Amino acid sequence: MKMISNALYAVVLLVILAGCNSLRGTGDMGVVIERATGSVQIIETTQQTKLSQVDGLGDLSHASIVFSRDERFAYVFGRDGGLTKIDLLTAKIDKRIIQSGNSIGGAISQDGRLVAVSNYTPGGVKVFDADTLKLVADIPATYGKQKQQSKVVGLVDAPGQKFVFSLYDAGEIWIADFSQADEPEITRFRDIGKQPYDGLITPDGRFYIAGLFGEDGLALLDLWHLEKGVKGILRDYGRGSKKMPVYKMPHLEGWAMTEDYAFLPAVGRNEVLIVDRRNWKQVATLPVHGQPVFVMARPDGRQVWVNFAYPRNDTVQVIDTEQLQIVKTLKPGKAVLHMEFTPRGEHVWISARDAGKVTVYDTGSFKVITTLPMKKPSGIFFTSRAHRIGL
Amino acid sequence: MLSEQRRAELHNLLLQDCGSCHGMTLKGGLGPALTPDVLKDKPREFIEFTIMEGRSGTPMPPWKDILTRDEILWLVDTLYTGVRP
Repeated sequence: MKMISNALYAVVLLVILAGCNSLRGTGDMGVVIERATGSVQIIETTQQTKLSQVDGLGDLSHASIVFSRDERFAYVFGRDGGLTKIDLLTAKIDKRIIQSGNSIGGAISQDGRLVAVSNYTPGGVKVFDADTLKLVADIPATYGKQKQQSKVVGLVDAPGQKFVFSLYDAGEIWIADFSQADEPEITRFRDIGKQPYDGLITPDGRFYIAGLFGEDGLALLDLWHLEKGVKGILRDYGRGSKKMPVYKMPHLEGWAMTEDYAFLPAVGRNEVLIVDRRNWKQVATLPVHGQPVFVMARPDGRQVWVNFAYPRNDTVQVIDTEQLQIVKTLKPGKAVLHMEFTPRGEHVWISARDAGKVTVYDTGSFKVITTLPMKKPSGIFFTSRAHRIGL
Repeated sequence: MLSEQRRAELHNLLLQDCGSCHGMTLKGGLGPALTPDVLKDKPREFIEFTIMEGRSGTPMPPWKDILTRDEILWLVDTLYTGVRP
């Protein structure tokens, strides 16, 4: 009898231990988009390994991700209007809907309760319950006498339970305020500039900036002082130099910023623009390898990493933000699409689409830590984004 | 005549790089849809010209400095017949 109970005890203990072993946090996890196969790889950044693959996510060209505030769920925004909620711990699709014909990105609200998607067709923003993915609000981006619907870009969350976004065809910036009700209060800013192509918000949630494609410059909105309206900045950054054809649009996701300066991609020029944060005046332009796509600061702000548009897209350059010069040029492989820093910046993960791999670099020594083979990898998203405004 | 390898590169370009604005299934994005049903009413010369010269007032860039005329004609043919992933 005693022997049986001992054996039983051992079995129970084993089960408990096995259970303990499978418990884990998600703070060092992330998701990499495999754009051509409609799949994602769930990864972890401590040992730098792939954990599991999730399939069946549709057209993931230009896909992006936000995370739930508990860092357990990833919301994947697909090109085909798909919105998929993935459970990182079970590596399974929790919920999936097709919410529009053609979408471009999304955001999660300050309180984590609402997920917003910006759509090209039909142009507008749809807002869903983050838990159930049930529709909460539909905001058509109508403009003009004919009530056309504009493509919506540059959608971000802002403090006060707001979403801010830009209307590409209309040249407008809108704020949707959900602080009072699920029926949002909309504030519109017209004539902000031609063809805003993307937007970003500063990490403190105060300034929203839309990059303009149809003219030089950017549109700046101070969310602390809406009465001041939208102001044009860097209006003449390209003066005197010829604009080249743009084979890939720059992206303003994230915000490359140090104590004194902000770093922005110039459109149609092989330049990074350096801006004084206090007055938003341009202080310098830095010639770089090609037309910048992403200009991203390491979390400590000491370095800014830049990748480039087709056809010069096999290269990444590192700018030292104190010397304001390039200190390193790397060749991660053909078609570098995205970069993501670990939360405290010791490593950066870089995807090279046509090389079929993600490379992890040490940002101090620039040595390769490891290389992970993936199918046409594009966007890389770590769960630490869950706790950052605008990401 | 384009080599098989070059055609594979152009196929990748069409899906991945054109796809970054027109969608990987070419059903449209920032740029319009380029599927056969959309193109069938448009003259081929117009599509060829647009790829060669780009279209002003839009983000569509000219490709004539990057691709040869034969390559552009191959892209036009492929678009009208439909691109398989």
